[in-house]
Amino acid sequence: MIFIWAFVVAGLFCMIGQIILDNTKFTPGHITTLFTVIGALLGFLGIYDKLIKLAGGGASTIISNFGYLLYKGGIEGYLEDGILGIFTGLLTKGGAAIVGAVVFAALMTLFFRPKD
Amino acid sequence: MNKDEYQKLVKKHEPQENKLENSIVAFLIGGSIGLIVEGLIQVIMNIFNLTREIASTWTCLIVIFMASLFTALGFFDEWMTKAKAGLLLPTTGFAHSVSSSALDYKKEGLITGLGSNFFKLAGSVILYGILSAFILVIVKVIILGK
Repeated sequence: MIFIWAFVVAGLFCMIGQIILDNTKFTPGHITTLFTVIGALLGFLGIYDKLIKLAGGGASTIISNFGYLLYKGGIEGYLEDGILGIFTGLLTKGGAAIVGAVVFAALMTLFFRPKD
Repeated sequence: MNKDEYQKLVKKHEPQENKLENSIVAFLIGGSIGLIVEGLIQVIMNIFNLTREIASTWTCLIVIFMASLFTALGFFDEWMTKAKAGLLLPTTGFAHSVSSSALDYKKEGLITGLGSNFFKLAGSVILYGILSAFILVIVKVIILGK
């Protein structure tokens, strides 16, 4: 059952993104940023937790998950260390995606050249 | 021919993108990515006996690695165009934007090229992600009143 929901939830996110892309002047950069902020907002409202439970990888692969992880890291940091914890905790969960993207992209520049 | 007529003529000859088709493509591709990612999570969970949270972080890194590799090999740009938002909204879009700007600006030098353009496209995701999460945490803290 989780596989069906993974397909539907990830598909719906992308479809909404595409509809916004087709009908407004937003660029792909606007869309990814917008969905990241929406992810943080859905985390705040307690909806993203449920979405992850329902759709697993379908929800965790969407860029909104990054916003959700930032929010979650901040909250957990606060509960542990107070205000300072927000600053130290915000990137603890979402950091993996940033570090991964940096390390792998840097790795690729060592071995590859752009096509043209 | 006045301005209005001209505008109508331009509109007639503009290539019409089929919006319905685009959104269906985005749904199917995005859905498939979600399905594959969930499959990977379950495989990693079962083989290495990990919790879901750890398995999905590993999966996220695998997806980022694959997207960076495919970008470097040169065919991911074409996929991105064909898949519409289907590859943009999953983590693949984020990884693609970082690795493509890294590759493109490499020739302009390590600092002024690679360094200053690395987050050219992904920077706004990180910036507004952090800002919005920070503000929302503060709001939540005020609501909780602790």
